[in-house]
Amino acid sequence: MDGTILLFLLQDGITNGAIYALLGIALVLVFAVTRVIFIPQGELVAFGALTYALLEAGKVPGTVWLLAGFGLLAFVFDVVAAARERALARRLAKAVLIDLAIPGALVAATLAVAGRELGSGAHFALTLALITPLGPLLYRVAFQPIAGASILTLMITAVGVHLALVGLGLVFFGAEGLRAPAVSDLMVTIGPMLVTGQSLAVYAVATVAIVALWLFFDRALWGKALRATAVNRLGARLVGIRTGFAGSLAFALAALVAALSGVLIAPMTTIYYDTGFLIGLKGFVAAIIAGLASYPLTALAALGVGIVEALASFFASDMKEIIVFMLIIPVLLWRSLKHTHVEEED
Amino acid sequence: MNPRRAFLLLVVVLVLVPLVPGVPIFWITLLGNVGLAALVAMGLVLLTGVGGMTSFGQAAFCGFGAYATAVLTTAWGWSPWAALPVSLAVSGGAAVVLGLITVRLSGHFLPLGTMAWGLSLYYLFGKLDLLGRHDGLSGIPPLEIAGHALTDPRAVHYVIWIAVIAAGVLTTHLLDSRIGRAIRALRKGQIAAEAFGIDAARTKLIVFVWAALLAGLSGWLYAHVQRTVTPAPFGLNAGIEYLFMAVVGGSGQIWGAIVGAGLVTLMKEALQRIVPALFGNAMQLEGVVFGIVLVALLQVAREGLWPHLARFVPGRPRTAPAEAAPLARRMLGAGDTSRPLLVLEAARKQFGGLIAVNDVSFKVGRGEIVALIGPNGAGKSTTFNLITGVASLTSGTVKFDGAVISGTSPQVIAGRGVARTFQHVKLEPEMTVLENVAMGAHLRGRSGVLASMLRLDRRDEGRILKEAATQIERVGLTEHMTKPAGSLALGQQRVVEIARALAMDPELLLLDEPAAGLRHFEKEALADLLKRLRAEGMSVLLVEHDMGFVMGITDHIVVLDFGTKIAEGPPETIKTHPAVLEAYLGGAA
Repeated sequence: MDGTILLFLLQDGITNGAIYALLGIALVLVFAVTRVIFIPQGELVAFGALTYALLEAGKVPGTVWLLAGFGLLAFVFDVVAAARERALARRLAKAVLIDLAIPGALVAATLAVAGRELGSGAHFALTLALITPLGPLLYRVAFQPIAGASILTLMITAVGVHLALVGLGLVFFGAEGLRAPAVSDLMVTIGPMLVTGQSLAVYAVATVAIVALWLFFDRALWGKALRATAVNRLGARLVGIRTGFAGSLAFALAALVAALSGVLIAPMTTIYYDTGFLIGLKGFVAAIIAGLASYPLTALAALGVGIVEALASFFASDMKEIIVFMLIIPVLLWRSLKHTHVEEED
Repeated sequence: MNPRRAFLLLVVVLVLVPLVPGVPIFWITLLGNVGLAALVAMGLVLLTGVGGMTSFGQAAFCGFGAYATAVLTTAWGWSPWAALPVSLAVSGGAAVVLGLITVRLSGHFLPLGTMAWGLSLYYLFGKLDLLGRHDGLSGIPPLEIAGHALTDPRAVHYVIWIAVIAAGVLTTHLLDSRIGRAIRALRKGQIAAEAFGIDAARTKLIVFVWAALLAGLSGWLYAHVQRTVTPAPFGLNAGIEYLFMAVVGGSGQIWGAIVGAGLVTLMKEALQRIVPALFGNAMQLEGVVFGIVLVALLQVAREGLWPHLARFVPGRPRTAPAEAAPLARRMLGAGDTSRPLLVLEAARKQFGGLIAVNDVSFKVGRGEIVALIGPNGAGKSTTFNLITGVASLTSGTVKFDGAVISGTSPQVIAGRGVARTFQHVKLEPEMTVLENVAMGAHLRGRSGVLASMLRLDRRDEGRILKEAATQIERVGLTEHMTKPAGSLALGQQRVVEIARALAMDPELLLLDEPAAGLRHFEKEALADLLKRLRAEGMSVLLVEHDMGFVMGITDHIVVLDFGTKIAEGPPETIKTHPAVLEAYLGGAA
């Protein structure tokens, strides 16, 4: 092996690593606010990629029906919950707006736009608009009713959501893989390396997203309020934080990041309805290495995962996945030993 | 219907089903699949529901069992029966290795760890030439009994269900024993369990290995029923499905595993028939339905279905035998009576910049009641944690009966005869008062896993339960003996903790706010009990805020404020000590 191959592998690893970083920070974000280990994040990425690819191909993506379906379901949940608390009159308007009107408008817009070749920019924006609301709707239906449950229960729920979404992905997107056309043919020569415009876009988006989230959660009062929700829901409510809203916001941000990652990878590789899980799990490995807590560490760990994967696929391609997933075990062990568990007194 | 009859009914039905003429073979095969899944789910119920360790990787252990026998019987020509011990050894051995890594993980890191190795092993199965890579191994011989190949699903049915019933009985026995109490105590946290000498890591490993053995057995059976093995049934999705079965049945209920396995298997079968009929093609909608049902179940019936079914077969809680030979007792005051029992020498605990316990020294003599008092946040409970080994000292030493105990583990300290209660009650709320107290006598029993499973522990167990009953009677809670501990008032739960500590037959009793939440006459009864214990030679160290209670029974008082000892002496001196008045009343007096 010579330097060129090594450089090539490194570049490949860093590009994949940047995508894993986006996934990882979304997982950290959701966990920090809601204590949900959001296993289906990968599915949202795949849905984003497929939506963008279908729009580019001039078709109506199945996402619209998925969105409409989840909207209806969330509406039922909201109406039942409001009726139980005898607050139907007060909350009906809001439920109609959020669960029916917004998804409805997006469906209508997509149906109107699809096939008119409005260009990548419009498709990109539409993809973000279609995927982002899925986050809060999922939260409303699956997680909000048991928001106070243990991390473990929330995690098993997340696995349930993952199963359902993979199945729904097959229904709405079919079994065939899709790949979007490249956004630009830009090629930049940096020293001995040839970097595609696509890769540069990945680096830029990942960097901006990570820095923005980090600043928001570590510096802004709002971000701190969101984090307080995870630590103690009751306490957060008492000091005036609306915990339900905090959860919705976290899931919306996560879905937005997923849509972004989806659009970024759509031209780089063929995406199937079930591709998301494996990509998501690699984001997970990074998030877990960083203890599900730190954005910069998650990003670093994600780059590490990407590079290890690239090297492994060259030197031991058979063992690639095994090596990547086994990375997590020593880290978990180290964390468990270092962090002598103090049982919470509740 | 009582549980014994329900169990007999189950057995009779299982025996008769294949004999009824006209029952389609297909149904028998399906029932066999239920049995295979139930074996795995049963282990998972024990692991997740009882032991509090969620595993998504259980299917991998089936893989170990299945591949081990597949290789031995196809490439090496072994008979399936000869391969069985190897299958179990491979699954069990893998569980020991993975368990040593995994059970140390805390909280949600544990299930994530199982996901990681579950996924890795799946890929490994598919990459190894020895295991036929993605195509797997085929041509595996069927089971044989006395020269007859068991290729008929009816014959296989009996083999599978004998295994399931045997596994269920052994597991139920295991749970209803000394080791079982230790397993059940782990779910709510390890601190209480370790305070009574239970080795939490070892107990978890036992559960982990037993669950893996059941999965390995299922894998071995699967290989000889299907006659071919591929990696797919041992992947992460299968692992999730097994967990789903455990949740549906009711995590925590051994027999619920059969219900869960049955429902999920039937649902899967039904979906595979209905979906193509509805949509024209064989789309895999199982995932969608499973996912939705799982999410819905966690929202509306988190405890699963078994508790609802169990109402029809009410069991009787375990009671203590009327007669049992008493357990051997510790000789109180057997050590060197000239030196004090417990000595703290400049004990110090720092959390970062905060000094919670600042070079505190004091002694507890034999047959003495000593109180540790001080305002909130004075470091009293931390001092308790330093003595019992829950927290480690930053500097200084703790000596018990002349030997240094600081730096050892809670189990070791418990073994020396130091028993404690907790400021925040740490009982297992769903276990009865009797069982909770019996946990205190854990170190006084000997029976291990095998003896428990085979019910060779009944004499030992009877003596433990009898001892527990005696202690409950002693603290005046006889009428509550068979109630769930969580149903008692908080004050009574504190008294249950005292009974549990007494069941250890301690030489030193540490009580953290024992009188909190007690009514006046209950406090008097507690004071009388402590005085009697002292008369018997036991030493007591207590933290308490009720000054009337403290002054009335103690021989010696140690006062802490902001982690520092500000005074000590007999009650009369402390009452008028200026530093104490300053700390409590802010110098106004």
